[in-house]
Amino acid sequence: MAGLRLQGVTPRGLDAVDLELAAGERVFLSGPSGSGKTLLLRAIADLDPHPGEVWLDGVRRSALPAPEWRRRVTLLPAEAHWWADLVGDHFPGPAGPLLADLGFGPESLGWAISRLSTGERQRLALARVLANRPEALLLDEATANLDPPNRERVEALVEAYRVEHGAAVLWVSHDPDQRARLGGRRLVIHDRRLAPEP
Amino acid sequence: MSLILLTPFDLALAAGLVLLLALLSWRLHLGVERRVLVAAARSAVQLSLIGYVLHALFATTHPALIGLMALVMLAAAGWEAMSRQKRRYRGAWGYGIGTLSMFLSSFSVLVLALTVIIGVRPWYQPQYLIPLLGMLLGNTMSGVALAMDSLTRQAWDSRGPIEARLMLGETWDTAIAEIRRDSLRSGLIPIVNAMATAGLVSLPGMMTGQILAGSPPIEAAKYQLLVMFLISGGTGLGSTAAVWIGSRRLFDERHRLRLDRLQPADGKG
Repeated sequence: MAGLRLQGVTPRGLDAVDLELAAGERVFLSGPSGSGKTLLLRAIADLDPHPGEVWLDGVRRSALPAPEWRRRVTLLPAEAHWWADLVGDHFPGPAGPLLADLGFGPESLGWAISRLSTGERQRLALARVLANRPEALLLDEATANLDPPNRERVEALVEAYRVEHGAAVLWVSHDPDQRARLGGRRLVIHDRRLAPEP
Repeated sequence: MSLILLTPFDLALAAGLVLLLALLSWRLHLGVERRVLVAAARSAVQLSLIGYVLHALFATTHPALIGLMALVMLAAAGWEAMSRQKRRYRGAWGYGIGTLSMFLSSFSVLVLALTVIIGVRPWYQPQYLIPLLGMLLGNTMSGVALAMDSLTRQAWDSRGPIEARLMLGETWDTAIAEIRRDSLRSGLIPIVNAMATAGLVSLPGMMTGQILAGSPPIEAAKYQLLVMFLISGGTGLGSTAAVWIGSRRLFDERHRLRLDRLQPADGKG
């Protein structure tokens, strides 16, 4: 169970962001492209140098080694990248149940990355993130390339993970139906600031 | 058998071949005649100058002058290694990483060779030190330049996969490990190939020179072998140091990939 608190986080293109997510809370974030949504998520994951501090469950980010922070607060980028040849090479531990929840059989671990479709890559990237058991999730367009049945699978899996593990989820989504359907707090970037979605 | 001294007339005859090449380039519209002539003139001037410099240096055996000469050679090698990079490090690192790596590897291998292996007295005797250093630096420079060019190119092209690993909580050295190995391999391939084909395809330049100067071929072969082993050691150490320092510099203390520490490919910025 871990909440996420941002104080003065200032990625390029945004004014300082103060934001608090309770443990197990999901917050949607939207805004025009280029408004800084992705850079905000990258800043929280500490991938770009920026001013500001983040707390996870009361622990300061700067007090943790960066790799440990990213294992606990994990970013799922819009475009998934892979470094080895086979899907299974990217999963250090058992991943069977997660893959099944996303509609993949155990044979998928032997698939070649180069033959995956965009949607398969996106779903497998989510499985790769959740297999690490992060305490907070930063999702960047996690369902952008998926057909409706797979979008529902991903939504159901993220929701189940959030509730079961009490994980805070900050979700960048362009899809107004998705934001309305799943509900919860919704923020929009307007004029370099985060504001509640009208 | 003694060395036959070359007269200016002998050299002029050989230079005639270069003129012939330039003429050929002009007739066939290759467009390189100017560059051929300029390069030939440069080599004539540079080699004559270094001949006189070495002549003076061998006569004095003054440690400070020899040290100065070694530093000039190192500085030139560092410059050349940097200019072979497509994406250089910004600031002093661009020049510093390669030069420091070459200094560490070439100079330590050189001192080892002069004091322990060959046993020259005094160890800084320029007749041995300068040619050995030249061969070490020349080859180390190729290895370091290839390895660093491969490292920075691949890091630039693989930003997505590297950051994907960082996002999942891997450390910087795990995320770059494969690229690092690959770059080191490309730095070592030329000297490994040279060792494998030595004597079969070509007689290495140094051995050729010694034979022309009248050394017994067996002795020349032994010296050539020594030099090749020194070079491979120097190239290996130098490339390893350059790839290690270079890959460390690509990340900061928070394990972020910092491609902003490289210049764009056109060399500006």
